[in-house]
Amino acid sequence: MSMTMTQKILAKAAGLKSVQAGQLIEAGLNLVLGNDITTPVAIAEFDKAGFTQIFDRDKIAIVLDHYTPCKDIKAAQLCATARNFANRFSITNFFDVGAMGVEHALIPEKGLAIPGDAIIGADSHTCTYGALGAFSTGVGSTDMAAGMATGQAWFKVPSAIRVTLTGTLSPFVSGKDIILHLIGLIGVDGALYQSLEFTGDGVASLEMDDRFTICNMAIEAGAKNGIFPVDDRTREYMKGRTSRDFTVFEADTDAEYTQEVVIDLTSLKPTVSLPHLPSNTRTVDEVSGMPIQQVVIGSCTNGRLKDLREAAAILKGKKVADGVRCIVIPATQQITLEAMSEGLIQIFIEAGAAVSTPTCGPCLGGHMGVLADGERAIATTNRNFVGRMGPVSSEIILSSPAVAAASAIAGCVTNPAALMEV
Amino acid sequence: MKIYKYGDNVDTDVIIPARYLNAPDEASLASHCMEDIDADFSKTVETGDIIIAGNNFGCGSSREHAPISIKACGVTCVIAKSFARIFYRNAINIGFPIMECPEAVDGISPGDHIAVNFTTGLIENETTGKRYQAEPFPAFVNGIIESGGLLNSLKARGIAK
Repeated sequence: MSMTMTQKILAKAAGLKSVQAGQLIEAGLNLVLGNDITTPVAIAEFDKAGFTQIFDRDKIAIVLDHYTPCKDIKAAQLCATARNFANRFSITNFFDVGAMGVEHALIPEKGLAIPGDAIIGADSHTCTYGALGAFSTGVGSTDMAAGMATGQAWFKVPSAIRVTLTGTLSPFVSGKDIILHLIGLIGVDGALYQSLEFTGDGVASLEMDDRFTICNMAIEAGAKNGIFPVDDRTREYMKGRTSRDFTVFEADTDAEYTQEVVIDLTSLKPTVSLPHLPSNTRTVDEVSGMPIQQVVIGSCTNGRLKDLREAAAILKGKKVADGVRCIVIPATQQITLEAMSEGLIQIFIEAGAAVSTPTCGPCLGGHMGVLADGERAIATTNRNFVGRMGPVSSEIILSSPAVAAASAIAGCVTNPAALMEV
Repeated sequence: MKIYKYGDNVDTDVIIPARYLNAPDEASLASHCMEDIDADFSKTVETGDIIIAGNNFGCGSSREHAPISIKACGVTCVIAKSFARIFYRNAINIGFPIMECPEAVDGISPGDHIAVNFTTGLIENETTGKRYQAEPFPAFVNGIIESGGLLNSLKARGIAK
């Protein structure tokens, strides 16, 4: 029985020799994750059910990242609830302000997700860790509560779409452009209930940060998970991050896929998603000149070091346009330190950008950059739904860090290649 | 009962905007349910009403607050052409009925009176006299719903302490 890469990981996690698409299984979990919005709801369910034990204090991670540093009293209460629970069960991987980062940048950085793992997180972008060759998927708070109590979750084994990447990326084109382009091709429910399995000779050239960005937005195509094969770049990334041995899974050569998509990286152009769906994609040249009032560079999608380097390369020695607020949010404390030592933070501040401590903040319209009526932002975040960053009349254009930085300087949607030629 | 009918890709940000997630009690969530897609919803919704929607209902964030807010409004069930997968499992896990039935979605209009049988999956439009059969849940999933949610079913099976 041939299997996809995802199916092989799920079979192992469920203690089965093989699984097939559509099969319902109960799988053992290597990590159960939650944040300051979803964990308190999970705790309420955990307590209401009368549970008194967690399955493994080392395999639960709680990251206070969405409304933190706490934006108001209610948010502070949510964090207090999560903090008390972490203390009550001596949860090893509890990350509070000062240690926390945006969860999907932090978890891989800390070595808490490794190839071959089966992971659930009460946050839809938990699919990010597929970049490491893990099965990782977003769930709700009740699943988190059940996962914390039992170390297991139920799954319907997904079928898969194979996405073959060929060639290499051009300058000013990155992982964000690949995933936006893919979502534009297949739609926001194009991979519903399915895996997106990435393969092809183009994979080797992609840095880990690009792979994280791509898997992060698998959910925006409706996918259960996105996953990359494990290669030398993955092994290099894992060095020094974990003491656990990991298993490398590969899709069978005759594995079945419901659909094949081929993306030629060489011809890919900087791509944006116009309001109000991630699938509403255009090349940046098709929409250049659209005015913007705010720029956000950060989030679990694009707040990593490579993202900041690409933004800084464009902002260096230039100024954010009058009438534009540019907010840069390194995703973790470690990334902030590295950005400081490389001089990136200085470049941002000298360009007139605001630099923040790690937070999800503006991505979900929480704080640290909420829009006013009728305002438009270009953001390296993952969702441009109605009302996501502010009132229903506000708009979000999704882009790469390079396009966001170029747009900050020009005051309108701008191709970084055009800006840098001037 | 009333029908509220919406289109494709109703996302969890419009079902319950993130600005209200700092107060996750049911009454508060219910009072802002559907606010960014239908400002009148929370003022007019009554126990027994039904939501009909197109493809990919509940896409986006994993916030369980979304099905919780709909359930807390007294909505009986959501019938959609398809559901985003996290919303789908969240609804099952909290014991909130959802049904996938594209034909019913096309055949039901606001103002119609419908009857729904969760056991058989039969949806009857009493206004037009048309009947529709939703895809039944697998036995495992039915077991979760019949237990009143995932945690109850785990306790009933003696799996968690």
